[in-house]
Amino acid sequence: MHNFTSKYILNWNAFLQLKALQTKNKHLFKFYQKGTYHEDTKLSDIKFVALDFETTGLDPVKNSIISIGLVPFDLQRIYCRDAKKWYINPEDNLKENSIIIHGITHSDLQGAPDLFSILGSLLEELAGKVVVVHYRRIERDFFDLNLRAQVEEGIIFPVIDTMQIEANIQKDQTHGFLNWLKGYPISSIRLANSRLRYNLPAYSPHDALTDAIATAELLQAQIKHHFSSDAAIKELWL
Amino acid sequence: MDIELLEIQDFISQYNPFNQLPEEELCHIAQNIEISYYRMGTMINPLGDTRRELYLIRSGVVEIYRRKGELYNRLDQGKLFGQVGLLTNNKVRFLAKSVKDTLLYCIPEVIFHDLYDRYESFADFVEVEDSMRLKQAVESKSDDANALMSSQVKTLLTRDVLMLPITSSMQRVAKFMSDENVSAVLINDPSVEGNNFVGIITEHDLCGKVIGGGLNINDPVKEIMSTKLISLDHNSYIYEAMLLMLRYNVHHLPILKNKYPIGLIEVADIIRYESQNSLLFVSSIFQQQSPEDLEQLSHELKNCFLRMVNEDANSHMVGHAMSEIGRSFKQRLIELAEEKYGPPPIPYCFLALGSMARNEQLIVTDQDNAIILDNSYDEKKHGKYFEKLAKFVCDGLAICGYNYCTGDIMATNPEHRKTQVQWEECFANWIDKPNPQALLNCSIFFDIEGVYGRIKWAEQLNMFILRRARKNNRFLACLARNARNRTPPLGFFKDFVMEKDGRQNNSINLKRRGTAPLADLIRVHALAIGSESQNSFNRLDDIIEAKILPKSKGEDLKHAMELISLVRLRHQALDIESDIEPDNNIEPENMSDFERRHLKDAFLVLSNAQNFLKYRYSATKL
Repeated sequence: MHNFTSKYILNWNAFLQLKALQTKNKHLFKFYQKGTYHEDTKLSDIKFVALDFETTGLDPVKNSIISIGLVPFDLQRIYCRDAKKWYINPEDNLKENSIIIHGITHSDLQGAPDLFSILGSLLEELAGKVVVVHYRRIERDFFDLNLRAQVEEGIIFPVIDTMQIEANIQKDQTHGFLNWLKGYPISSIRLANSRLRYNLPAYSPHDALTDAIATAELLQAQIKHHFSSDAAIKELWL
Repeated sequence: MDIELLEIQDFISQYNPFNQLPEEELCHIAQNIEISYYRMGTMINPLGDTRRELYLIRSGVVEIYRRKGELYNRLDQGKLFGQVGLLTNNKVRFLAKSVKDTLLYCIPEVIFHDLYDRYESFADFVEVEDSMRLKQAVESKSDDANALMSSQVKTLLTRDVLMLPITSSMQRVAKFMSDENVSAVLINDPSVEGNNFVGIITEHDLCGKVIGGGLNINDPVKEIMSTKLISLDHNSYIYEAMLLMLRYNVHHLPILKNKYPIGLIEVADIIRYESQNSLLFVSSIFQQQSPEDLEQLSHELKNCFLRMVNEDANSHMVGHAMSEIGRSFKQRLIELAEEKYGPPPIPYCFLALGSMARNEQLIVTDQDNAIILDNSYDEKKHGKYFEKLAKFVCDGLAICGYNYCTGDIMATNPEHRKTQVQWEECFANWIDKPNPQALLNCSIFFDIEGVYGRIKWAEQLNMFILRRARKNNRFLACLARNARNRTPPLGFFKDFVMEKDGRQNNSINLKRRGTAPLADLIRVHALAIGSESQNSFNRLDDIIEAKILPKSKGEDLKHAMELISLVRLRHQALDIESDIEPDNNIEPENMSDFERRHLKDAFLVLSNAQNFLKYRYSATKL
């Protein structure tokens, strides 16, 4: 089993209850109040939701979310019928290069809601589930900061980061003097490359919903290869 | 909110049967898919799992097992499984296991039934899994077949054909052969357009005729080349090449494709393919000096057949070999008859009809034969000779195990000794004024092969028939009607219907209810498109090429034919091994699960094809 001792483990359930008392936003209140799983809950009993943002850039202070995709899943199944996708009208101007990357154009975003107006529906999808992302800096920081810009309050919740899991597995496998001697390089832990190691098919990148599905598939694969379905959620969430 | 699941929609739109559905339907399917990842070596639907779904493999490999644990199928990306369970209300279930890391798209039962009800193409596809199974059953059989028995001569060809012009000097030819390190070379005549292949020169010719005969090495090769060309089509089997070489005592065979030479094979090429059994058998037929000797030899035929079946030859192969052996018996008997009664007073052609002409003979068979006489035939002068000859041959065949034809379609029947003109009149009459009753017993006359004498006449008669039959809808309709007389042994609920056999056991006659009606219906299509082939498999190739059948139905027929024939010859082999007189009956309790399931599929293909015949050839359609 992988050892994630270096991280600081919060009592997430208690933490979210505390946030529920503090928040002034009704959507956030509902979200926090729903709480989360007890930290000893088995992975097989958890409802996950894979979340992916497409953004106008990499800096959460200057750039904004332009598209959100999510899909609920558990260890057995990924439920496409409950998948959701939104375009968000960005706070900053959509830069030409991110048009190229995401294939999202100004006309896609014309009339698109801002983050605030979909917040209720978005949080309803996430509430009570464990959010799964690939590279938590993006989803966590953008969500927090973009929200702060609108409601003067951020958001924080536990996430599972498939990239972190992959990094730890890679570190485990390439750890040690022997491997260092053999010169095993640390493999890429980007979403597409990580998926390859589990023989998952290649998808076209930069669509928020496709990436969310890709992330959900990756977590299913990672757990089936490296963890037990009886493992506790506290081993994975951050 | 309608979500577009682009990646999923894209994927399913590439694969049958989804690629035939409209886009909004694909969108709807994608929205209802559940995705699941299986690590290599995991059971996908353990027993007790009550989920009912259709599975589409997004990536990876899945093996399907029967309940007993036999491997049944191996599927990869884009393939479906689970439809059998959904179609049979979960009565038939297969266990599925991922043999590589696998990602599955699971399509809920309601969606499946909805698509099944609304789209014929979808329903066809998921049902056709039956014939896929069949195909697989046949292919997995032939996979492990002995290469020797099932390889075609074209596989022996390793280099392009070498040809020199007819004007080359003998020395140049000898030098060329030595440079190219070959022992024979083909000769063409550049002054002729098109197919100008005219002869062959071998080392033997150079040695014997040039050096031995003291010829001038600067003379053109025309003088010494062999022009009596014995050649073989590239689709023939290797053992057929060996038979030809032995029979004509030649060491080189030009291999032809559409009558153009594409290569040359020599004895050395096939030594490693040499098959002791059927080859030696045929050669010894030609060494026998009397019908009694032949009878002695014919007892060996069963063993020869047994060896072929046990070597996993496919039915096409066994059919060819057994027909070749039958033909050889016939030819040798005719030679002996001519020795006994003297040379024929007028030219004639001895015909094989039915299964021998189609190269589909198995171990239990009737003799069906006839004679074409020269138009100068005079009953008073020549009648006696041919009567004696026919009697000698047919009696000889009968003691060699080729039973007298119960329908009296034999050369001993004066009705079946006709001149060229009379035969043409006879066929013209059948074709132009078709009458189902009259045609009922003469369908085998439409499978004709010349066995001895003026073999060309048989070909000419065949061409005459083809030209005449092709556009004659009434004739085809009559033939089609007759072809539907013998139905496959399937009951209303698609289960087997038994008959009583001679020993009063429940049984199914695989010839009467299987291969014969299949051959009948294939013949109707073959005549409709003017196919010159006789063999049912070759006819099917022509039929498929002519595109008169719905997509893939031709292939299904091929697989059905192969499977029924395979089961038939396996059971004949079993009978021989257990010292029972082999017959065409199969007792269901002797059927393996494999055979039972696949036979049913094959009979279903036959039944559907017979129904199709009804619509395709109706007398009123002009």
